[in-house]
Amino acid sequence: MNTRESGFEELPHSADWQLRVWAESLPALFGEAARGMNALSGAKPASGPRLTRSFEAEAPDTEGLLVAFLSELIWAAEQENLVFDEFSLVLKGSLLKVRMSGSNILSLDKSIKAVTYHNLHIQKTGAGFEVEIVFDV
Amino acid sequence: MVRVQDLTRISDHEWEIPRTFRPDMRVAVRIYATRILLEHIAGDKSLDQAVNATTLPGLVGHLVVMPDMHQGYGFPIGAVAATGFPDGVISPGGIGYDINCGVRLLACSLQAETAAPYLDTLATLLNKYCPSGVGQVGVVSLNLSELERLMREGSHWAARNGYATRSDLARTEDGGCLEGANPVRVSQRAQARGRLQIGSLGAGNHFVEVDRVEEILDPETAAVFGLQEGCLVVQIHCGSRGPGHQVCTDYVQEFQSVVRRYGIDLPAGNWSVRQWTPRKDRLISVQCAQPPILPLSTGNCWPTQPGAPLRRRSPGR
Repeated sequence: MNTRESGFEELPHSADWQLRVWAESLPALFGEAARGMNALSGAKPASGPRLTRSFEAEAPDTEGLLVAFLSELIWAAEQENLVFDEFSLVLKGSLLKVRMSGSNILSLDKSIKAVTYHNLHIQKTGAGFEVEIVFDV
Repeated sequence: MVRVQDLTRISDHEWEIPRTFRPDMRVAVRIYATRILLEHIAGDKSLDQAVNATTLPGLVGHLVVMPDMHQGYGFPIGAVAATGFPDGVISPGGIGYDINCGVRLLACSLQAETAAPYLDTLATLLNKYCPSGVGQVGVVSLNLSELERLMREGSHWAARNGYATRSDLARTEDGGCLEGANPVRVSQRAQARGRLQIGSLGAGNHFVEVDRVEEILDPETAAVFGLQEGCLVVQIHCGSRGPGHQVCTDYVQEFQSVVRRYGIDLPAGNWSVRQWTPRKDRLISVQCAQPPILPLSTGNCWPTQPGAPLRRRSPGR
């Protein structure tokens, strides 16, 4: 659920999908971006046991880490039919460590093919961080 | 911000943004459009994107833009640029992420009037034999070693396995196979995403469309392409599917640091063109898997002669 501190909203886009995401910290921003992406694709988790997974990613900057993080989730949805919605993230320089939990996908409305770098710039705001992300669909 | 009045009129259908428009432009922009189209084009950021694209190193000639110009990522959609070797740059995602996405037109000598009673059946068969939509698997499923052969051989693999004919190869750019294709450059993830999607159309704006040739404006060119007035044609817009996007994602990420290493100066404020990288030994060699197979799937739904009942043809024709 969106709050003043954190959340996401879809922005109009002529061809692809665009999200505005905001949060009080970078880890929270990444988590909101993932939840926003799940909402765009309409990924509904199945009931049943949840599973956890960990991974690490490296990139020259924070935007690159965000793309790597979301790309990992696209891979899990397409290849393993998994959707993740809870995250514990640590960002340290060019390294991102992720521990996340999720479920099998019950249903999916649309597929997201890739996360783009188009105008991708994480901005520091008075309340935390904000970013607009364009997804290629 | 580029305005219509900044453009120089070359003819009724050709316009130029001169190299002098902005100091960092390396070449001029040539746009093919009518005045009315141009005014629509000026409604988004595509003219500015074209100017930004002209600042990239190694461009040869003009940056040329087609009449369907509209806003893309780095380049505007419809833009074409050539870069010289070895000083030019390449980008895996200058316009979009659709590596090996494409449109193809299949000519047919069947009159639309003759085919009219069968169009409902044709639509049903096209839907059946051309898998499309979210998560759809393709008509061919390969193990990884066979997939590697397909990536190396391209349409020749398709012809060898009955999914294309020799005449298909003759009508495909580079004969359907790029010299030097190297599957080692394609990540395991990209291969895994592609393995089950060969011969599928994709979702979103991808389609198979049955059209009728309404009017021939250039008889000589139409004859070369086998287009006849009143006949049906099939237009296929095939997605790049999972492997195309994964290849782009992989190389865009890799190129981030390369741009800095080579000190390439990119247009300020446009993050998308930081995807450019020096052209060196990293030319991606991804062969075409989709194009030869979808036309065959489409052809399988076609009547073998005018008026004949529609039936699926045996593979390999």
